[in-house]
Amino acid sequence: MQIYLPIAEMPISVLLIIGMSAAVGFVSGMFGIGGGFLMTPLLIFLGVPPAVAVATVTAQVAASSMTGAVSNWQRRQLDIKLGLFLTAGGLVGTMLGVLAFNSIRRTGQLEVVIALSYLVLFMIIGSMMLLESLRALMRARTGKPGRLKRAGQHPAWLKLPLRVRFARSRLYASAIPILGFAALVGFIGAVLGIGGGFIMVPALLYLFRVPTMMVVGTSLFQILVTMTAATLFHAASNQSVDIVLAVLLIIGGVIGAQFGGRAGRHLRGESFRVLLAVLLLAVGFRIGSELIFRPEEPFSVSIQGARG
Amino acid sequence: MMRSAAWALFWLVALTVTARPETLVVSLSAHRVLIGSNYTGAQLAVFGSVERDGRSVARADPYDVVVTAQGPRQHLLVREKDRFGPLWLNNEQRRFGEAPSFLATSTTRLFREMGSEEDARRLNLGLRNKLIPAGAGLSFDTGEARFADALIRIKGAGKLYQEVERGVTFLTPSMFQAPIILPATAPTGNYDVTVEVYSGQVLLAKQQTSFEVVQIGFEQQVARLARSWSLAYGLATALMALGFGWLATVIFRRD
Repeated sequence: MQIYLPIAEMPISVLLIIGMSAAVGFVSGMFGIGGGFLMTPLLIFLGVPPAVAVATVTAQVAASSMTGAVSNWQRRQLDIKLGLFLTAGGLVGTMLGVLAFNSIRRTGQLEVVIALSYLVLFMIIGSMMLLESLRALMRARTGKPGRLKRAGQHPAWLKLPLRVRFARSRLYASAIPILGFAALVGFIGAVLGIGGGFIMVPALLYLFRVPTMMVVGTSLFQILVTMTAATLFHAASNQSVDIVLAVLLIIGGVIGAQFGGRAGRHLRGESFRVLLAVLLLAVGFRIGSELIFRPEEPFSVSIQGARG
Repeated sequence: MMRSAAWALFWLVALTVTARPETLVVSLSAHRVLIGSNYTGAQLAVFGSVERDGRSVARADPYDVVVTAQGPRQHLLVREKDRFGPLWLNNEQRRFGEAPSFLATSTTRLFREMGSEEDARRLNLGLRNKLIPAGAGLSFDTGEARFADALIRIKGAGKLYQEVERGVTFLTPSMFQAPIILPATAPTGNYDVTVEVYSGQVLLAKQQTSFEVVQIGFEQQVARLARSWSLAYGLATALMALGFGWLATVIFRRD
């Protein structure tokens, strides 16, 4: 069954889109990431114009992070205070990122910068997480006790001035690294056109030592606020949000996110991190292969201005 | 009454002065293509008739009819990837400032039967010659041809550029017909259709007509809202996203 998308100006298969968005929503709910970095390339592959794909996916990410955040909130697995701090820092970073995005685009190498950043980020974060979580799994197998997080045990750089207490996350840390890191994630997210959940989740886990069960909800909360703002921004400035495509993506996405969240809660912390690491590495390899192997079609066509 | 008679006389004189041995009459099967929710592309037909003045001598060469349909113009940028060390990066690029979003050309015979490559170039026959205007003439840039070929290949894969040799068929010695096949991805807007009749590489007659591709009903409303009420439209989309997200937690709350 095909339906015509009024903004993308093309027909698309309803079942295919719902199926794809359900799969991405599952991953999103499970890991507390937005999933935009998976959905956007899939839509572009199906022929949706890139501007419409990027803008419309923000609405889907807003919906699936909403459903995930509400579920986590009901389970008291969401640190609103930490989430608000991350959002505030993120908004500043996003604004700087949009400026950087425009100046990189003027140099004409935007796609290369995006592909290389994806490659480097995914490979570094993915392999670090994979090594750490595999080691943790091995320790669990052999029965040796790992390092347990105790309250009040914090790395030195969290002890900078302006300390704030985040009771839910058992975190008593300086606001400076938290806001700074959130701004960095917002910056990278704006340049790459993604929410940045896949950077935020590992950072909360490793750098801030937030408990795994609190990480997903808090990350989803921050993504929810950012992506709702992004939907408004894209609709108002580019008029490239396709509401018909958004409905299809949202229906699939929220259903997938519900099941994904359920599956995620049955995962052990270590297995959770192994799976997320494998996902990041796989996407990193996929993007890397495009840069490294001889392309089948060395030419590409992009539409520059509005048609006259 | 007098006035209209005078006008009729004027036109009669004007027509005889400009009259050529051949007159071309062209008709399109539709002048509006409507896009609804189940739109998956459209097919139009161009009908035409070449009327020959009885007094003139018959042509030695057969009629060659070229039907060209062009969609709204776009600024296209074609990039080519090259090897830099271990990486494949965008290197050279060419801009096609006024490239048609949709371009289809059909002919009665194969191009090579109609004349040499130079003839095709002079007469703007074929996709490549239409993309690179004949003005480029002597300083023909081989790089540009490479990029034009890539554009034709990529657009052609989506049926947005089509070259149909033998696409025009004569139903009677003077009546012909040619289909225009619009893929669903062809954009909305005005499309020009040009019909040219050649004989022995001499242009005998040329006619232009046009059709438009428009969205109707719900699709039209959505596109209009997105453009003229963009903030409200964005707000509605965002609220819908949050509403659906919340609804799913209610529906799925079992535990």
